[in-house]
Amino acid sequence: MASITDSADEQNRPSLQGKFNRWTWLLLPALLFLAIFFIYPLFEILQRSVTEPTLGISNFVEFFQSPVFSAVLFNTLKMSFYVMFFCLLIGYPYAYLMNHSSRRVAGLLLIAVLIPFWSSILVRTYAWTVLLQRTGVVNSMLIGIGIIEKPLKLLRNFPGIVIGMTHILLPFMVLPIYSVMQRIDKDFVTAAESLGARPFRAFREIYLPLSLPGVYAGSLLVFVVALGYYITPALLGSPRETMMGAMVVQQVQQVLDWGMGSALGVVLLITTLVILGVVGRIVNINEVLGGSGGPE
Amino acid sequence: MNRKNWPLRIFGVFAVIFLLLPTVIIIPMSFSSGRTLKFPPPGYSIRWYENLFTSPLWTDAAWSSIQIGILAAILATVLGTIAALGLTRGEFPAKGLIQAIVLSPIIIPLVIIAIGMFSVFVRWRIAGSLMALVVAHTVLAIPFVVVNVMASLRTLDRNLELAAANLGANPVRAFRFVTLPLIAPGVMAGALFAFITSWDEIVVAIFLTSPTLRTLPVVMWGQIRTEVDPTIAAAATILTVITTIVFTVTTILQTRGNTTT
Repeated sequence: MASITDSADEQNRPSLQGKFNRWTWLLLPALLFLAIFFIYPLFEILQRSVTEPTLGISNFVEFFQSPVFSAVLFNTLKMSFYVMFFCLLIGYPYAYLMNHSSRRVAGLLLIAVLIPFWSSILVRTYAWTVLLQRTGVVNSMLIGIGIIEKPLKLLRNFPGIVIGMTHILLPFMVLPIYSVMQRIDKDFVTAAESLGARPFRAFREIYLPLSLPGVYAGSLLVFVVALGYYITPALLGSPRETMMGAMVVQQVQQVLDWGMGSALGVVLLITTLVILGVVGRIVNINEVLGGSGGPE
Repeated sequence: MNRKNWPLRIFGVFAVIFLLLPTVIIIPMSFSSGRTLKFPPPGYSIRWYENLFTSPLWTDAAWSSIQIGILAAILATVLGTIAALGLTRGEFPAKGLIQAIVLSPIIIPLVIIAIGMFSVFVRWRIAGSLMALVVAHTVLAIPFVVVNVMASLRTLDRNLELAAANLGANPVRAFRFVTLPLIAPGVMAGALFAFITSWDEIVVAIFLTSPTLRTLPVVMWGQIRTEVDPTIAAAATILTVITTIVFTVTTILQTRGNTTT
C-alpha cells in the first residue's frame, strides 16, 4: 500500500534550497483556493456552533443531554457499522473472485463495480425506492420463487437504508481489497498447499492475513463515508432512522437553528476525523478514487 | 480457479445483479406508457422523454448543470494539475498533512461542507449564483484531478524533461512540450472525473441553488419527493447515460495512459 508520499521522491533529486524546492510553490494556487472556499466555510461552522445563540458550549451540552440527539448519533454509528459489515460480507468474496478469475471475467467484474461507483447516488437511491416498493421488483421476485408469501416492507425503514447504502458503498470496499489481493504472491498459497495444508487452511493462515490491509482500508473508508450520508437515508428511511446528516439539514433548513445545526455538524466532523485518526491515517484514498481504470 | 469454487461463482452472478440492477432497471421504466412506475411497464412510449425535453423546468436545469460542470471541470483541472506537480515534485515539511488537506474534500461529510459554504456565500451575497456552484464543485473535484494527475506523474520518465532542458528548453517550454503531452491522459481523465463530480453532485447543490438556478439532480430531488411520474426515470436515464459515456472515455484514457508511459 505505497502511499503517494513514499514514491514521490523516487527520483532522489537533491533538494535545491534546504527544505523547500521550487516545485513547492505550485501548490499555492490550489491551497489558496481551498483555504478561501473550503477551510474558511468549515471554520465558519465551528464558529457558529460556539457563538449562536450565545458564546459558549451550550449547544454541545444540549447535544449530549438530549436523548433525541444522542439517539441520532448512536443510530448513525449503528447504521454505518451494519453497512460496513454487509459491504465486507459481499465485498471480500467479490474481490477474491476478481483475483481468481480469467482476465476477461475479472475485467467484467471490475466494470460491474465501477459503473455504479460513477453513476449518481441520487439516481441509484431513486432506483432502490422503485425496486423495494411493496409491488416492486424485489418483492415480486421473492414471491415468484416462493421464498415469501406476502410482500415485505423494505422501504422507509432500517433494512431499506442498509440495502441502499450497502449498494452505494460496496465499491469503496471492493476496490481496496482487490488492489491488496493483487499484490499477494499466489506462490505462497501454492507452497502451503504443497506442504500439505488443505486449501481452506492455506487460505486462512496465508491468504487471509495478507489481504487484511485491504480489509482494514475498505472497512474504514465505508464506515467513515457512511457516517456523513444524507440523500440515501432521507429517501429510503423514515424519521425513526434519522442520521446525523439529515439532522444537520433539519436544524439548519427547518428549525433554522444554525447554532445547533453547526454543533451537530462539528460532532459529525470530529467523529469522522477521530475514527480516521485512530483507526488509520487517510488510508489509500488515492487508490480507491483514482487510477483504478482497469486490471493492471 | 478450480471446479470446487462453483458456490463462489454463483455468488458472483448474484453480486453483479445486485450491483447493476438499480442502474439498469431505470431504463425500461423510463420508456413506460403508464403513469406510475411499475416493472415491467404496461407498454412502451417516449412520452416521458417528450415531457422531459419540452418542460423548461428540466431543460433549464440540464443547461445549468452542463455549464456548471464544464466551468468547474476547467477550474479544478488547472488548479489540480498544478497542485499535483507541487505535491509530486515539491519538497517541504508536513507533506503528508498538506496532501491530506488537498484530498480532504472527499472524506469530509458533504452536509458540513454544504452548510459551511451556504453560510459564507450568503454573507458574500453569491449564494444561488452560477459562480457559487462552480466554486463549490471545484473544491469537491480538485482531489479527483490531483489523484489522477499524480498517478501519471509517477510513471513519467523525468529524463525526457532533462533532455529537453539540455537541448535548451526553458522550464515552461519543457513542461508545455514534453511533460504536458506525456501526462495528458491523466489530466484529461481528471477533467472528466471533475465534470462527473459536478454533474452528479446533489448535497451542496441543494443548499446553493435558488428557484431561478437549479441543477438537474436538484430538480430530480424535488420531484422524487413530490411526484411519482416516470419523467424522473427519463431524467435518471439521461444522467446515467451521460455519466457512463464520460466514464467509458475516462477508462480508455487511463488504460492508454498506462500503456504509453
